[in-house]
Amino acid sequence: MFDNLTEKLTSVLKDLRGHGKLTEKNIDGALKEVRMALLEADVHYKVAKTFVGEVKERALGHEVMESLTPGQQVVKIVNDSLADLMGSSHEDLVLAGEKPVSVMLTGLQGSGKTTTAGKLALYLRKKGRKPFLVPADVYRPAAIDQLKKLASQLDVPVFDSEVGMDPVDICRSARAAAQQNGCDTLILDTAGRLHVDEELMAELVRIKSEVTPSDILLVADAMTGQDAVNIAKSFDGALDLGGVVLTKMDGDARGGAALSIKAVTGKPIKFIGTGEKSSALEPFHPDRMASRILGMGDTLTLIEKA
Amino acid sequence: SKTRNALSSGVDALFKGGRVLDDDLLEELEELLITSDVGVRTTMEIIETLSEKASEISNSAELKAALKALLLERISFDVPPEETMKKPHVMMVVGVNGVGKTTTIGKLATRFVREGKKVIIVAGDTFRAAASEQLTVWADRSGADIVRHKDNSDPAAVAFDGVQAAVSRNADIVIIDTAGRLHTKKNLMEELKKIRRSVSKTIEDGPHETLMVVDATTGQNALTQAQLFHEAVGIDGVALTKLDGTAKGGIVIGITSTLGVPLKYIGIGEQADDLRPFDAEEFADALL
Ligand SMILES: Nc1nc2c(ncn2[C@@H]2O[C@H](COP(=O)(O)OP(=O)(O)OP(=O)(O)O)[C@@H](O)[C@H]2O)c(=O)[nH]1
Ligand SMILES: Nc1nc2c(ncn2[C@@H]2O[C@H](COP(=O)(O)OP(=O)(O)OP(=O)(O)O)[C@@H](O)[C@H]2O)c(=O)[nH]1
Ligand SMILES: [Mg+2]
Ligand SMILES: [Mg+2]
Repeated sequence: MFDNLTEKLTSVLKDLRGHGKLTEKNIDGALKEVRMALLEADVHYKVAKTFVGEVKERALGHEVMESLTPGQQVVKIVNDSLADLMGSSHEDLVLAGEKPVSVMLTGLQGSGKTTTAGKLALYLRKKGRKPFLVPADVYRPAAIDQLKKLASQLDVPVFDSEVGMDPVDICRSARAAAQQNGCDTLILDTAGRLHVDEELMAELVRIKSEVTPSDILLVADAMTGQDAVNIAKSFDGALDLGGVVLTKMDGDARGGAALSIKAVTGKPIKFIGTGEKSSALEPFHPDRMASRILGMGDTLTLIEKA
Repeated sequence: SKTRNALSSGVDALFKGGRVLDDDLLEELEELLITSDVGVRTTMEIIETLSEKASEISNSAELKAALKALLLERISFDVPPEETMKKPHVMMVVGVNGVGKTTTIGKLATRFVREGKKVIIVAGDTFRAAASEQLTVWADRSGADIVRHKDNSDPAAVAFDGVQAAVSRNADIVIIDTAGRLHTKKNLMEELKKIRRSVSKTIEDGPHETLMVVDATTGQNALTQAQLFHEAVGIDGVALTKLDGTAKGGIVIGITSTLGVPLKYIGIGEQADDLRPFDAEEFADALL
């Protein structure tokens, strides 16, 4: 559906071949294409605007390198700027503090929290930790069953939550239960909620102050559109997030939400979900995300070698 | 009302202080549409048409009227009345992961049971952990019957049994839940076709209705989703969920106009009553 950005830029800038500098006049058309690519990838309108402004500043007066066409040159600048914004390396879970520690998962309805809880249990066990799964969603039909089933598939101990319990009590009691089971890391699966639902957002704050998690993650769907900024701002504002998990990256969404979330919260994306199975969790690589958002795949590798 | 949230107001605010429909205002309008997830292409089309008519537009009422006409063109369809339903009327519900398929089925079942219809819901998601348990809760809540098999059994076989049960119990409506799947997964899309075929073994022209559920929070990818689901199984309508949040769901404008399928329902919460028939006028008004 989308033409390759490099091709578009190359055609917009074709007159520039062999000429010296990128100037205000000759890159305007190119920047328009960059902006379109970002918007088509679901980067937030305002985030895209600011970003294009920064790219322009960087590009102006830039010498066109011998080895690159002007189009490739602009792509390189865009990509470098994007990479700066996304961060340079993978950031892992924070598991510091007195054991057992807790990792809390939060997010909108259906974003992938419960599935991610199972994935993290597997990930932590591989790293030599002893995870304990905690179903703290008493609202969604069969949410507790869902996590209990995942736990039994993975053979990871799970707190015996019941629908009639209070989520804050669940998280509090789960700590002692984890200790009894010889576990060192609790994974709290909270119910999906809207960021504008004051009552339920307050519940998350109560859980946080009750158990002081060592890491709090926003689980967000890679297909999220323009609203990603509002969601991320609200969850970060209420909870001071430690990071983000971007799920459903096995689809073909360009994932511009990643850029929006990073731009408004400054918080790192720590993992991506790449499937429904419990093994489908990968550390996040900012550089790969940049080329995905721009829809450029392999062209970048070529340019990077230049 | 809750549906007012859908594509929020803004045109009035834009026209404050006797402005004219100039490039600045068009740019603000562009921001309004893009941030509602209407998408670059549709937004550009709308802005272009409006700028051609700029001389005829001098106040917010005229701008609203012109915009509304452009939106309605893209989202209004005649939905066939329910009286024409076959007995049993077989519905299949599809969509990507986590959009609200199972919940929407619970809401629909509630509605149909209240109308005095005999409803059977079919647990065609045998894959996701506790998907059948979730649907069973909805069967209890709504008063519908449920047909379910063991975890990891063949969804086509469950669908077959569901339809058979509907015929033998003389049910009015069968609603088949399916596992969430990304439109890019070929084998899973093939599985949906297989479910269709197994329905038509008993009811030749079934499923009569395939409803695709789209999450209002979704951005531009929803368009590709809709296209690929439509290619695979042919969708007859869309349900747009989670409009109770701050996402505007503007992507449906692209979906309905590109595919020519109507938006039938909107979801505005997690409870049984949080489903509304889609009202194009109201939706368009809410955007402006
Ligand atoms: N393809 C794919 N599907 C995923 C991924 N992560 C989660 N899912 C699916 O997304 C759907 C929703 O996942 P859940 O884990 O139930 O989401 P949740 O956030 O716990 O949902 P609520 O508790 O209702 O808010 C399920 O069908 C999962 O299998 C992923 O990385 N890729
Ligand atoms: N706020 C809100 N939440 C909704 C709405 N519809 C569904 N949900 C919630 O979204 C989450 C996912 O809903 P499900 O019905 O399980 O979605 P699904 O498409 O069946 O998910 P999979 O079967 O895992 O693909 C649940 O937490 C629902 O309660 C809605 O209209 N508004
Ligand atoms: Mg959950
Ligand atoms: Mg479901």
